[in-house]
Amino acid sequence: MAAVVSPTSLESAPRIMRLVAECSRSRARAGELRLPHGPVATPVFMPVGTQATMKGITAEQLDALGCRICLGNTYHLGLRPGPELIQKARGLHGFMNWPHNLLTDSGGFQMVSLVSLSEVTEEGVRFRSPYDGDETLLSPERSVEIQNALGSDIIMQLDDVVSSTVTGPRVEEAMYRSIRWLDRCIAAHQRPDKQNLFAIIQGGLDADLRATCLEEMTKRDVPGFAIGGLSGGESKGQFWRMVALSTSRLPKDKPRYLMGVGYATDLVVCVALGCDMFDCVFPTRTARFGSALVPTGNLQLKKKQYEKDFRPIDAECACPTCQKHSRAFLHTLLHSDNTAALHHLTVHNIAYQLRLMSAVRASIVEKRFPDFVRDFMGTMYGDPTLCPSWATEALASVGITLG
Amino acid sequence: MQPKDLEEPLRMKLSLTKVVNGCRLGKIKNLGKTGDCTMDIPGCLLYTKTGSAPHLTHHTLHKIHGVPAMAQLTLSALAEHHEVLAEYKEGVGKFIGMPESLLYCSLHDPVSPCPAGYVTNKCLSDGEATCDEATSIKRARKSVDRSLLFLDNCLKLQEESEVLQKSVIIGVIEGGDVMEERLRSARETAKRPVGGFLLDGFQGTATLETRLHLLSSVTAELPEHKPRLICGVSQPDEVLECIERGVDLFESFFPYLATERGCALTFSFDYQPIPEETLLQQNGTEEEVKYVDQTKKSKTTSCNQEITSFEINLKEKKYQEDFDPLVRECPCYCCKNHTRAYIHHLLVTNELLAGVLLMMHNFEHYFGFFQAIREALKSDRLAQLKELIHRQAS
Repeated sequence: MAAVVSPTSLESAPRIMRLVAECSRSRARAGELRLPHGPVATPVFMPVGTQATMKGITAEQLDALGCRICLGNTYHLGLRPGPELIQKARGLHGFMNWPHNLLTDSGGFQMVSLVSLSEVTEEGVRFRSPYDGDETLLSPERSVEIQNALGSDIIMQLDDVVSSTVTGPRVEEAMYRSIRWLDRCIAAHQRPDKQNLFAIIQGGLDADLRATCLEEMTKRDVPGFAIGGLSGGESKGQFWRMVALSTSRLPKDKPRYLMGVGYATDLVVCVALGCDMFDCVFPTRTARFGSALVPTGNLQLKKKQYEKDFRPIDAECACPTCQKHSRAFLHTLLHSDNTAALHHLTVHNIAYQLRLMSAVRASIVEKRFPDFVRDFMGTMYGDPTLCPSWATEALASVGITLG
Repeated sequence: MQPKDLEEPLRMKLSLTKVVNGCRLGKIKNLGKTGDCTMDIPGCLLYTKTGSAPHLTHHTLHKIHGVPAMAQLTLSALAEHHEVLAEYKEGVGKFIGMPESLLYCSLHDPVSPCPAGYVTNKCLSDGEATCDEATSIKRARKSVDRSLLFLDNCLKLQEESEVLQKSVIIGVIEGGDVMEERLRSARETAKRPVGGFLLDGFQGTATLETRLHLLSSVTAELPEHKPRLICGVSQPDEVLECIERGVDLFESFFPYLATERGCALTFSFDYQPIPEETLLQQNGTEEEVKYVDQTKKSKTTSCNQEITSFEINLKEKKYQEDFDPLVRECPCYCCKNHTRAYIHHLLVTNELLAGVLLMMHNFEHYFGFFQAIREALKSDRLAQLKELIHRQAS
């Protein structure tokens, strides 16, 4: 089933990414995104603030941590409070009073995560609202319309998402439909000068399907590409191969956004494979469960072993939580009903992610990324050679050997 | 031109600037480890839960203007961490991340007090906590006796402890609603070398009139130059009534309770507004100032956790598209940066940030109220402030 190539209504899209440095061994790049609400250094991790809030930390706190781009979600915001209200509030930026950049997902992922409430047809995705039982149709046009009202700096096409564990003809159907939906999104996009529409590469875990999707979508002159349909239940071995395949076929002068990736090891490996942007709920979600991220993994601070541990979470961390509080105090607070405990950890975990990306970037700029990777793996796994085999293979495939 | 008296140890001292109709205005000086901290009275303490302001990190707490110099910790919350604190060795202030703050440790959390009869080795006073029952004389007498005994034991322990030398012990006045026992408790406690007095059990007994009468009688027995704290009273109208009867310090759990119900404090304490603005001040544009039949006021307590007339309920649908701040011209972080519509959205979607922003606003508004009280006392305008507050009570 050949994709119908419709003429794009986008003129040659602006190059929003400037490359600052490239690793001479791997595919890692350091760059700068030029977005309507200011520049963003890449590689970048984007925290997820689904419903116009970063889960208990204020916009000012997020700004103070150095975050310059974060996520909102079209599906959720489209239901509550709705695009009309947000438009009256001067867009999502105005509504949540966030001065920097916003990226909105199209609502496509909810098709997978809320699969029991959704039904996909060529028209779009029909959702049944969990709040009032109402049915809504999220079509490519409607998704773009909502995102136009939200006014986010980067908007995502509506893609036909299937879980990475699904096999068979459904995967192919979704891939081709995503291409058609991309064209419909491009056609419907009312504000190409203010909002950057990214395509999302699908194709599941099938190399041929992915390659076809890459070939077709890169014919569309969009400002950036996302690699979608991964970071579900697939094996890491399949995961990295699809990422590597994608980056090998995506243009160098446009940003590559790998969706749903946020574990530290995954971030480092996927930067090596050539990705620039990442998002994941993991760091903020795990914070609310009492888990603090550290270079050696994580600390489950509710556990008794931290009761009298008077050290900060991470002595090297400059975040407000580590500057002021001990593991012992956080342990105490986590066992109370004061929500401040969760906020302390959210602040720290976001700081951790941003600091990691900063360190990755500096190493690329300073031409020592492979050494950085070895150090990182050594810290995380005790020895670089003890890092998971998928990561070792993935890194080897781009010329980085560990130990 | 008097030479400084070098012999007198630097200990907590209340110096009164003026006393007007029973209301005391002044400063408590020589507080803290280095003895150079001051607290204004009438004033309030920063309410905390497990050593932290509710919902707030150091960062967000310090965005609030007018945070009191002294925070209230609850012994019942910290007692279970006694071992940890003992091993920490550097004091609870540093442990909770408030090393510069003055700390007051109360037995009970005013929001969830011990039920009556719960007397364990943790409690240092024996108070009647139920709101409704009248106290029997025998019970009242026992509570006074026990409390005095505990006090004497505490004073003895303090004498013997090096660590507690710089701490101040507050004596607790008990006695239920039995006048005789209240007076006895006051007189006896006043004989001890306490740093100040906590008026306990006034948060629910009997009717308002009885309560206030008992309060006046008690404070009349207390020395002028020692501060009087009251627990369980935090609502604006009740605060003023207590100040008129010689109370100096209050807990700030009222803004916390409002936060937990998704409400924002909006009552006005601007008793000298520019005339044209008077009608628009309170509660946004739609609500009118409520006038209250003063004789009908027989409500008992601030124990109840229903929405008061001092606040608005942001969950109401009418705020969905209200792009005004919570309170116009409020200088707090929430009002300077966010709208009622946004807070409404956060509440409807059950987002954690709702609690954070409301707490920031409610604390700042409440601390601003106390500042207004002090200014009103200074300029002899308390009657006007009182009238304004009572107009808004219902």
